[in-house]
Amino acid sequence: MSGTTTVDAGVRTLVVRCPDWPLTALGVGPLQPALVLASGRVVAATPAAREAGVARGQRLREAQFRCPEVRVLERDDSREARRFEAVVAALQDVTPWLETWHPGSCSFGVKGPVRLSGGEANLVRRAARLASAALDDLVGSPAGHPGCGIGVADGRFAAGLAAGAADASGVDGGGAVVVPPGGVPAFLAPLSISVLERPALVDVLVRLGLDTLGAFAALPVADVVARFGAEGRDAHRLASGIDGWPPPPGPVPPDLAVSVAFDPPVERVDQAAFAARTLAEVLHGRLSDSGLACTLVLVEAETEHGERLARRWRDEGVLGPGAVADRVRWQLEGWLNGPPATRPTSGITTLVLTPDEVVPATGRQQGFWGGASAADERAARACIRVEGLMGPGSVRVPEWRGGRDPGECLALVPCVRRAGDGSDVSAPAVLAAADGPPWPGALPGPLPAAVHVDPVSVEVRDASGQMVAVDGRGVLSAPPHLLLSPPGPGGSVARGAGDRVVAWAGPWPLDERWWDPERRRRSARLQVVTADGAARLVVLEGGVWRVAATYD
Amino acid sequence: MTAYHRLPASLLAEPDPFDDLEVDGRAEPTGGLSRPRSVPTVGEVAGRIRPTVLAVDRTLPVLPALAGLFPGGLRRGTTIGVSGMGARSLAMALMVRATAAGSWVAVVGDPDLGLAAAAGQGLKMERLVIVDAPDPTGWGPVVATLVGAFDLIVVAPRHRVGAVDVRRLAARCRERGSVLFHLGDGPWPGRLDLRLVVDGAIWDGPDAGHGRLCSRRTVVTASGRGMESTGRRTELLLPGPDGTTSGA
Repeated sequence: MSGTTTVDAGVRTLVVRCPDWPLTALGVGPLQPALVLASGRVVAATPAAREAGVARGQRLREAQFRCPEVRVLERDDSREARRFEAVVAALQDVTPWLETWHPGSCSFGVKGPVRLSGGEANLVRRAARLASAALDDLVGSPAGHPGCGIGVADGRFAAGLAAGAADASGVDGGGAVVVPPGGVPAFLAPLSISVLERPALVDVLVRLGLDTLGAFAALPVADVVARFGAEGRDAHRLASGIDGWPPPPGPVPPDLAVSVAFDPPVERVDQAAFAARTLAEVLHGRLSDSGLACTLVLVEAETEHGERLARRWRDEGVLGPGAVADRVRWQLEGWLNGPPATRPTSGITTLVLTPDEVVPATGRQQGFWGGASAADERAARACIRVEGLMGPGSVRVPEWRGGRDPGECLALVPCVRRAGDGSDVSAPAVLAAADGPPWPGALPGPLPAAVHVDPVSVEVRDASGQMVAVDGRGVLSAPPHLLLSPPGPGGSVARGAGDRVVAWAGPWPLDERWWDPERRRRSARLQVVTADGAARLVVLEGGVWRVAATYD
Repeated sequence: MTAYHRLPASLLAEPDPFDDLEVDGRAEPTGGLSRPRSVPTVGEVAGRIRPTVLAVDRTLPVLPALAGLFPGGLRRGTTIGVSGMGARSLAMALMVRATAAGSWVAVVGDPDLGLAAAAGQGLKMERLVIVDAPDPTGWGPVVATLVGAFDLIVVAPRHRVGAVDVRRLAARCRERGSVLFHLGDGPWPGRLDLRLVVDGAIWDGPDAGHGRLCSRRTVVTASGRGMESTGRRTELLLPGPDGTTSGA
């Protein structure tokens, strides 16, 4: 790399990171194999499980294949946040300027507290002692948790990685990696590019042969921007040891804070969280009016008796309304479920959200051709609203699966999905393209416009009144003559005394998944047109004819 | 320090999806005889400052085969009843062009809808959302929420829909420019702007055991407001041999 770029060293930061926090919060020690699952993927695993090959991002089936005895737990973010509050409260002794990133890791600027503690080494030791004491209290014994890792470096990104690299079982239950001032580029250079946590970009970079941060940082910035745009520039800054966001933003405009007073005081967390959601939207609206986005928010709550709890929440992305509302809920839950000494004694009267650090909002350009348009966003919002009214999974979108039956080709999947960190709701899922060769044995098109969820059984009779059967070679016993709905409640697809068959086609036998005793299916399909002009698809399976679909 | 303001009561309650409608769902009277001209109502002022809407934006595109029924396209803000054997196919065919142009479709309470057939008709599946049947009390608010946000809404209620809900939905459609399809022969306690009836289906293709269902020749009759008393008729292949709809 020719020429020296001036590296604006990031703010020297200390990060406390509790590894495998989702597991520690659920009370699972590091020695037993266990994993935590969210949206069907592994989000955390104990060291014992990791040794057996379980890794983050795997599907449950793959994880269980590698480690059959693994204990599977569902993720519980509010419990994680509640229990982490104890650690945060303990670290408040070091500095009040503590920022929680997410349950399991928090950070603070070293500059102030280092003077009080008399040197960085002392500060690290003190933080480690406080955090591991809080963890011991929380879990009951030092063996019940994997401790915590501490990292100190110029800039949050490097400090976070240093904390992750720290061996948590070090001194006082808290290992530490201290990157000396100015040593960040050297510390980052040998690390794998995947720590950037931008899967799409990392994938391309790896294919280009850039598999360490150092190799990526060595590229000239201009070339990176030309090829990868703003995202590439941010990633390049991180890799070069400059903190992610462009130069430290100026002071926050003072009139952005929003607050709400509760009268009567709110006693329940869900009530407060509901108001917080609305408040967060107001905040978001004000910020976006000024062209800003918030990366650090201060959430203050005050009770009737004057007790106060203020916490700072940071997100390296941008805190949207959903994310802020979740953080308020976590904070209040942690407070209300904390040790009796710090628990509030009365209802909450005031809630204040103050953006503590803002960045220029990159915003979203609405699509001109393609991309998300205003109609897409309106639809996505309505889906979320309706799901709120009707319950999860009630709003679904089709996804291509493929199959031989008209009902199998497209499956419905829930359209509102909680994002991995449980904070925001994503737009309807994108449909995979239905390209590919046709399925042999599929029903010939055009396909029926009504596929019955509960197929009604029906009798198919021949001219002599006998039931029509299909033999092993797929041949009908006699031409169908009459479609008769059986007596009894329910069936009304075939009407009255029966419908005379005027035309028919088939049968098309189907023998699917013969290797699988559970899901094996053998059937014969017949298209039948009756005298009233209705066309139906009747299927014989297990000796019973059913109207599987109607050509409506 | 920040001046705290009180939380308005409306923040704590779920907003009523109808709260942006006039009382009783009726539009403001436009004739000014009963009201002195000097005092314009809020509705009149809103009407004056409303951005200009081009005629092309007041309609949604339809297939050329359906142009006989909808000269100029599908009018936004209308309610349309589709019934008869073939109603689902016709409803899908009506929406094909609009989804291709970027409109979204919500189908409420029709679990039997054949998705593969919809894809075969050419409906853009990435703009199709299927909503489970809401319980009868929640039906109105759910559909109202969708009407504001989707251009095309298909409902097939299995219960008796209240007349109040229907009137409010129709008013909301007019205001927001969505098109509401009522599918099937069930009762609809309100006036539909247009009724489409599919009739006289003749299938082409199968015979006594050979061939396959290939295409269906149908007659679609449209009747409703602003139309000649005999209604309009058109012959359609619903569906045609390739799964899409075309003129017969």
